Amino acid sequence: MPGKSRRDFLKNSIAGGIAATGISASVANAGPKNILSADRMGVLVDTTVCVGCRNCEWACKTAHNLDSGDLNSYEERKILESKRRPSEHALTVVNEYTHGKNSTLPVDVKVQCMHCDHPACVSACIVGAFSKQENGAVIWDTDMCIGCRYCMAACPFQIPAFEYNKAINPLIMKCDFCFDRTKEEKLPACVGICPTETLTYGPRTELIRIARERIKRDPSRYIDHIYGEYEVGGTAWMYLASKNFTELDFPLLSKNPAPGVSESIQHGIFAYFVPPVSLYALLGGIMWLSKRRKEMEGEEKI
Amino acid sequence: MSRNSVLPQPIKQKFFSPGVIALIALAINGLVFLMGRFFFGIGAVTNLNNQYPWGLWIGVDVAAGVALAAGGFTTAALGHVMHREEYHAIVRPALLTAMLGYTFVAVGVFIDIGRWYFIWHPLMMWNGNSALFEVGICVMIYLTVLYIEFLPIVSERFIGRVNLPGPLASFNKISDKILRLLDRGLSKTMFIFLIAGVVLSTLHQSSLGTLMVIAGPKMHPLWQTPILPLLFLLSAVSVGFPMVIFESLLASRSLKLKPEMHILSRLGSMIAPLLGIYLAFKLGDMFIRETFVYLREFNTASVMFTIELVVGVIIPLRMFLSQKVLKSPPLLFTAASFVVFGVLLNRINNFIVAYTPPYATGSYFPSIGEISVTVGFIAMLVLAYRFVVLNFPIISVHDKYSAQPTKYSIKEVGK
Ligand code: SF4
Ligand code: SF4
Ligand code: SF4
Repeated sequence: MPGKSRRDFLKNSIAGGIAATGISASVANAGPKNILSADRMGVLVDTTVCVGCRNCEWACKTAHNLDSGDLNSYEERKILESKRRPSEHALTVVNEYTHGKNSTLPVDVKVQCMHCDHPACVSACIVGAFSKQENGAVIWDTDMCIGCRYCMAACPFQIPAFEYNKAINPLIMKCDFCFDRTKEEKLPACVGICPTETLTYGPRTELIRIARERIKRDPSRYIDHIYGEYEVGGTAWMYLASKNFTELDFPLLSKNPAPGVSESIQHGIFAYFVPPVSLYALLGGIMWLSKRRKEMEGEEKI
Repeated sequence: MSRNSVLPQPIKQKFFSPGVIALIALAINGLVFLMGRFFFGIGAVTNLNNQYPWGLWIGVDVAAGVALAAGGFTTAALGHVMHREEYHAIVRPALLTAMLGYTFVAVGVFIDIGRWYFIWHPLMMWNGNSALFEVGICVMIYLTVLYIEFLPIVSERFIGRVNLPGPLASFNKISDKILRLLDRGLSKTMFIFLIAGVVLSTLHQSSLGTLMVIAGPKMHPLWQTPILPLLFLLSAVSVGFPMVIFESLLASRSLKLKPEMHILSRLGSMIAPLLGIYLAFKLGDMFIRETFVYLREFNTASVMFTIELVVGVIIPLRMFLSQKVLKSPPLLFTAASFVVFGVLLNRINNFIVAYTPPYATGSYFPSIGEISVTVGFIAMLVLAYRFVVLNFPIISVHDKYSAQPTKYSIKEVGK
């Protein structure tokens, strides 16, 4: 797998070599890797089970060398009173909402990158730094990124964050599906620590089957909607809930992949360079004709 | 070709004036904030955040900058491709504006991207699916083409007049030779670049519109449409000539020259149809997608959309249809300013107003730092323009200063 070795290669290369390897690697495959493997993995988040302990937040930070603080400090529930978003300091956060149907318990929702099947970020990134990996993870190559933040404008879930306060080497940050762990068949850090089995890691098709079954077995507990099954063409992370997803701040999205329209426009304009080349030829023709016309007129006058 | 007495020549005037001093002050102010950006990061001087990744710099410096520099390719198409020589007097000023405009667009991108030292990456790392990639590549090539198109003006200025100071004087002859060689080579091949410039412009002007399409429902439906690229192209084409009129009248005023009304009115008469086509598509799109329902609400989006359409398109469209407007410099200037304002507002609307991220807690308004930098860049652009027209043969002047008949001019191109 050229892509995989390329990443490792990039990782191992020292700062000075970064540029050079970046060039050779990307000339080799113009455009990012965007694999939709049949047995890609995903996570099913059952928000009716989540207790809002925020252990996943701690585990995620720890696994990504972010300032995580003491695990005990996460018992403080005051923070759940305001809604937070994943950021450059926390790749995942848990928000709390009022109870759903047939329950008096609050609903807690873990938020992170959805790892879309047709990711807008992969399509948008100017240098193709983002890629969809075979195991379902959407990751990005920090050494390629120029910091244009188009991925942030493109993402339908507003997930990628940016280190605005760093003058040198600011990074794009988001959940990477713990790619370093999952590629070695280990559990994502957040899934591993979750004490309530809110998070189920497995092949996406299997997860959909489980989710359907849960809804069928306990229709009074769930609304009949697996968020992420079809949204923007499907996502690797999917959610079950006891109330409408829009009330849980999930964006209302269509089934069409987010990059669909813009990619077909792009490909239309650039279909094998035919439109630009024909335009060039057309303009060349007009130029020649109008010049000839002028010259003929000139001759007539003489 | 009629060799009339109006030939482009450097304007003989002093560079400094009270206005120039004010512009220099604005430029310095911008540079101070810019230093903050480079020392402390983008967050230190801008109001951008994870919800609003793009702001004033992308909306105005880059997107509006590209649109307002469209005079370059529209006049090149008219003057060179369609060979309408009567318009040659405006081709050079428009070329200069485009060249300076795109230079500042490039600078705008450079300061806005977080890792400016990797600005060359898109040249090596391609993502054909990305509209931004296409914009980036086209703008880079087009900027090069613009500099090449400008070279004959440089050689015209210096051929036979190379006068290097002191010890370098021995290079005078050889420099002159090089210039002549370059000039001859270029005048044979210039048509390639002229056409390439027009093609590249249509490509990236429209792709700039594709940029926000991927933001999907994050963009207000009044602006979000699959025909955005077409609307961007049409608006760029229709702002080209108004921009030329705008700056030509402004320049003749500040340089105390007689405005070239005979050319400008003719140019003005072509604007109404172009604006009409743009308006037709804009309204058609609104009715097909039935987005007019959003105009019944009273909010920033509906107000901005209405201003953009009425002040920026409909009023000037009506004005350009009137002979009285076409004949009067102040009225023509007003009408042209409306179109320029309309397109500027349209780009701001598309990139800033229409963008409504799902989890924003507040709305975005540019910081003092962002505004200072943008104003500073505009000031620098005007200063650069003034410097170049005072030192290079750009503006055609009626034969008051006994112009030297120049053999080398862009008119000869393609022969
Ligand atoms: S949620 Fe956003 S960042 Fe994550 S894969 Fe989808 S488009 Fe990319
Ligand atoms: S900020 Fe980086 S990762 Fe995001 S689109 Fe730009 S280059 Fe790609
Ligand atoms: S998968 Fe990994 S990176 Fe993503 S939220 Fe869980 S711990 Fe964080």
